[in-house]
Order: sequence, then structure tokens, then C-alpha cells
Amino acid sequence: MKIALFATCLADALFPDCATATVRLLERLGHQVVFPPKQTCCGQMHVNTGYQAEALPLVRHHVEAFESESWDVAVAPSGSCVGSVRHQHAMVARRYGDESLASRAEDLAARTYELSELLVDVLGVTDVGAYYPHRVTYHPTCHSLRMLRVGDKPLQLLRAVRGMRLIELPAADSCCGFGGTFALKNSDTSTAMLADKMGNVLRTGAEVCSAGDSSCLMHIGGGLSRLRSGVRTVHLAEILASTEKIGSNA
Amino acid sequence: MTTFLGSPTFHAGTGNIRGTESFPDAARKSLADTQLRANLGAATTTIRNKRIAAVAEVDDWEELRRAGSALKSQVMARLPELLVQFEENVTARGGTVHWARDSEEANRIITDLVRATGSDEVVKVKSMATQETGLNEYLEVNGIAAIETDLAELIVQLGHDKPSHILVPAIHRNRAEIREIFLKSMPDIDAGITDDPRALAMAARAHLRRKFLSARVAISGANFGVAETGTLAVVESEGNGRMCLTLPDTLITLMGVEKLVPAFTDLEVFMQLLPRSSTAERMNPYTSMWTGVHPGDGPQNFHVVLLDNGRTNVLADDVGRSALHCIRCSACLNVCPVYERAGGHAYGSVYPGPIGAILSPQLTGTTGHDDPNASLPYASTLCGACFDACPVRIDIPSILVHLRAEQVDSERHGLPGGQDLAMKAAGFVMGSEKRFAAAETASRIGRVLGGKKGRITSLPYPGSKWTSSRDLPSPPKETFRQWWARTHEDTE
Repeated sequence: MKIALFATCLADALFPDCATATVRLLERLGHQVVFPPKQTCCGQMHVNTGYQAEALPLVRHHVEAFESESWDVAVAPSGSCVGSVRHQHAMVARRYGDESLASRAEDLAARTYELSELLVDVLGVTDVGAYYPHRVTYHPTCHSLRMLRVGDKPLQLLRAVRGMRLIELPAADSCCGFGGTFALKNSDTSTAMLADKMGNVLRTGAEVCSAGDSSCLMHIGGGLSRLRSGVRTVHLAEILASTEKIGSNA
Repeated sequence: MTTFLGSPTFHAGTGNIRGTESFPDAARKSLADTQLRANLGAATTTIRNKRIAAVAEVDDWEELRRAGSALKSQVMARLPELLVQFEENVTARGGTVHWARDSEEANRIITDLVRATGSDEVVKVKSMATQETGLNEYLEVNGIAAIETDLAELIVQLGHDKPSHILVPAIHRNRAEIREIFLKSMPDIDAGITDDPRALAMAARAHLRRKFLSARVAISGANFGVAETGTLAVVESEGNGRMCLTLPDTLITLMGVEKLVPAFTDLEVFMQLLPRSSTAERMNPYTSMWTGVHPGDGPQNFHVVLLDNGRTNVLADDVGRSALHCIRCSACLNVCPVYERAGGHAYGSVYPGPIGAILSPQLTGTTGHDDPNASLPYASTLCGACFDACPVRIDIPSILVHLRAEQVDSERHGLPGGQDLAMKAAGFVMGSEKRFAAAETASRIGRVLGGKKGRITSLPYPGSKWTSSRDLPSPPKETFRQWWARTHEDTE
């Protein structure tokens, strides 16, 4: 299958390992990955902060970037960004009366999947042949859980990883407190939510806290790093891309 | 008979639905109160888990939610005619209907009605509408004592406190605090009373019983008003409401105009949705319904005051309108991670939590970004737990996003602030892959900030809002875009 990667602006600029892992994983599974080079950002931060007028050109740019290439399905290693494409792009276009853009955005959204959705629903695989000899706990991010309804697909994938011990996270479905600009605008409340999330992560005794969103991991990881907790945050894609072959995780 | 609906003069809501400071400022104070954090965390976790279990027992829960949502949509679409029908039916059965545009008008109407009875004391059924209008304080100024009979409302009233939750207004108090409040405010209380819940409940019962037997006027809110019959309904857990609704001679009910349902049989849907969502009970203990006046049975004078207080403004907004579907179950509060930490008082309104974050600013309108209510739509991470819990499927996250856009758009004519400039700059950069790639390259200067440790621990304002409690990773040596170009050259 020819799969278009929507790397997301955050992974592209700050967390490239998550995006490169997605490419390595999909290529290992025998698929061709393309990277539509015009892509930048889905505009979710603008929409969620109230700047829908500023988001409109980003929506148009995203649609054009993906329309300019030929591919079968698109994938992003982020429930949040896929949620934005699926639930916000057409809405923004319609707010400004651009019905044609809205329907193009809907067509694109219908072919855009979050990583665990792509693997389980489209490619029909739960065992991706990964090896990851660590104690891992998984935080199901809010937009994956409630906007996309990915359910336990990430856990199905993780359970099939060899060498790994998956430990259940208490109060897993509670938000980590990131929320984009919420973390700045309501810094104190955000920090209080993060403190509870970190407490639960530490309670598991895991070495690694994983999730399907770099943004949430940036928040949780930023807190765990400040605590000198010794717990690392690793994106789901990186775990799934790991194999026993030495150096494959480089 | 006239109605004010569709009137060209909009009335912004007034009363206890706008605080004095922004949500972040108010939340900062609540967050510092460790007792409050502990009380709230324990209470919301308990209610949350109970609700999940109660809802899981119903096979057709999702269908019920859709039915409740559809009924409420229908009510909003037909509100003017349903209100007229309701007024006709209440009047035909011996009741009197009054119309109030805002809190002030509602309070004045009710005060005049109480005065006409010659009484200077009223007993009250727990009511969000009267909390909204600040009726108790208004009556007090006018020499009328209003006694709350719901246990939690009584705790709030005797503690000279404000409610912090729709269903459990004293959720922020624990029993040791309640014991102290009772000892200070109940003259006949046993000085040796413990903080055993039963002992506290019995003390409240003795205190209230005297009031029930002497009061000649009662004031209630309403959970539902039935247009086709003129029936009103109140659901409650203690039976104190029923005492108020049946013992006094005069009953005055204040009801928001959105509380209508078209037909009596529609109650069937809501009587299933409400108790499981609010108290996690299969059926609520006391459901009182009354229709007009019946000689020799119950109150002989019955008045309904229909309250607008900004509701027609909300109705006029296609997206925000569904906030009026709310049946005040408070399920969204109990699942909200922001409410759980910041507490109800931080919202500055009698409607706290996710529903308050969309309802309060819509009712009052906002006057600019310094308006405390303008901060409420931002008091959410958009995690979506509220939408899942809402028994009438109010898409609170989408309305929050909509209200944020309205807020930003309303200020576009003024001088741009720091956030406006940052958002415009980010939009410009992200608007082109070349500019974005250039910005990525430039951002790698930020590696200096991270130093050898690879993490940024301190940034100037507004980045300090992040680094006050969280590290930030240094930008990587190579962006994904660059890695792709290096490793997939042939596919470019």
C-alpha cells in the first residue's frame, strides 16, 4: 500500500524520532511511504485558541499538500492531529463559506488515519514484529480516546510486542493537562493535572511512559524530566518500530 | 398575553453568573487549598465511578441520550409556542404565570408575591434558578428570611458560603467543617455533636422541621415544565423539597424558559437520564409533580415565574444553543479534570464546570478579554470527558471552540495583543513549507538553551508559563524533513 505520512509539525520540528519510526515501521511491514513535502501543520492550535480565520489558510494548505501527491491512505502518529483533520477542517472551511474546500477536507479526512487505526483497521495487523525489553505503561491520549475512539487498538499492538512488560496506568483516561495553549493560559491547573498524571505513572514502576501523541508526551515528559524521575517518554511508533536487530532503534 | 421572545431588545443575564476575577486567577487560589483539593478529588472520584456503574446497567443508554437530545432540540425550535401553551395550561388550572426578563425582575416579582401574603419567612426547595438570580440575598435585603431546606444548600447558607457544584453545592466541605458550621449557626444544637454524618443529618432535620411547620410560603425551582398540561416537576433526594411543595399555602416556582418539555410522556426519557447521571441512582427518591391548584390539597396559591436572563441570546446562537439542553445533572462536573483540581468557585458563577464554562459567558455576554466570563471557554483542555458523560449529548468541547472563536473575532478591530501577534506569526510560518523549514532551522539555535543536558529548563515569559513546572526538549540536530531528504532522496 502507498501510505502518505502526515508527520505533524511537532514531530517534524521537535520529535523526529517518532516520525522516522513511523516510516521504518511501515516500510518494514512492506508498504511504500511517501512524504508530501508541502505539508506543515494542521492548524489545531489556531482553531483551539479561537483563531479560526488564521487556521483557514492552514486547512487549505494541508488539503492541497496531500492532494498534490498520489497515495492510498494517509497516516499521522498523532490522535490529536488526526482529530483536527477529521473533526475541525471541514468545520473551519464552512465557517468561512468555502463549501468546496470543506468537501475536499472531508474526502481527505476519510482517508487519514491515526497510526494504531491504520495498523489494526486498515492493514489488519496487531503483531508488527517488535521487540522492546522494557517495563512500559501507556497513556491513552484524550483525542485518540474520545475524538477518534481508537479504543484498545494501541494496547492490542503493545501486547504483541516481545520482551515488553505492559503495566496498566491508574486513572489512564484522565487528561494529562496539556490542552495546547491551556498549558500556558491555565498553567497552574495544568500543572496540578500533570502532577496527578505523573504520580500515577510513577506508581506503576514503569521505565517508559508511552502514548500515541508527541504533544501529550512532551507535557508528561517535561514534568517527569523536571522531577528527575528516571522515567522516559517514548512514542508508540518508536516502540513498534524497535526490533531485536542491533542498531535498528538508531 | 405577550411574550418577549424574539424581542429586539436583548437582555444579558445578570445575578450570580459572573465572577470578579478570571478563571486562571481564581483557580490559582483554589489550587493552593490542599483541603479543597482532597475533598474534591475524593468526592468526584466516588460519584464518577458510581455513575459509570449506574449507566452500564441500561442497555439502551445511548438511544436514551439521543432521545433526550432530540427532545431538547425540538423544545428549542418551538420554544415560543411551547411557552404560550404552557402559560395557557397553568392559567387554566388555577396558577398564575409571570414573565421575568432578568434576575432583578424575577426577584422583584417574587418579593412582591411574598409580601402580598404578609409573610416574612419562606422555605426553599433547592433551585439553581434562584441561585442564579441571587433571590435569597434580595429577599433578605427586603426583610424576608429565605431558608434553604436541601441539606447541602443549608450548609452553604449557614456557612455564608457560595455553592461550588450544581448537585452537591457543599462538595468542597468535609464533615468536620460541616460540624463547625452547624455548631456556629444552629442555636439549639447539642454542643457535643460529633462529625458522624447521621448525627449531622439529624441536627439539620430538627432545625428544618420547625421551619416546615411554620412556613406559609415556599419557593422552588423546576426540573421540568410540561407544555401540554402545565405540570411542573421537581426531583430531589431528601424529601425536604416535597415538604415545601405540599405544606405551605403559597407556592412560587422560578423556572428558566428552557426547562420545558412538550408532552407529559417526554418526562419518561428525562426521568431515566437525570438520576443515573446526577446521583447514580436508578430512580430518584422523591419526584414531585404538580399541576395548578386543587382545593383542600396542597398550596392554594400557585405562581410560576418564567425567567429569561439571557437565555434568548443563547437561543439565537446556532452552535451555542444546545447549552440550553442542560438538565443540571452535573455529570460533566464530576468527570472534568479541570473542575476536579480548580473547584467550582473558580468559575465565578453558580454554574461551574464544563457546562458553566459555556453557559455562563453565553448568558451574560462578554465585554472584552478582561471580562472574567471571557476566560471561561478557555478553562478546558478539550479532553472531551464532559461530552461523553452528558445525558443529553451537549457537545461541550465544540461549543468551547466556537465561543473562543467568537471571543477572538469580537476583538479583531482593536489593537492586537501578544497572543494575536503570536498566532498570526505562527500562521504565517506554517502557511508555507519553505517558511516552516526555515523556522525549524532557526529554532535549532534553541539547542544552546538546552546545553549538554538536552532539555530547556527556563524560558522568558510567556515560555516561563511552561518552564515553571516542566522541561522542554532541545530541538533535535536534524528535523524529520531533513532526515527524509537524506534517506529518501530518490522519492523527492
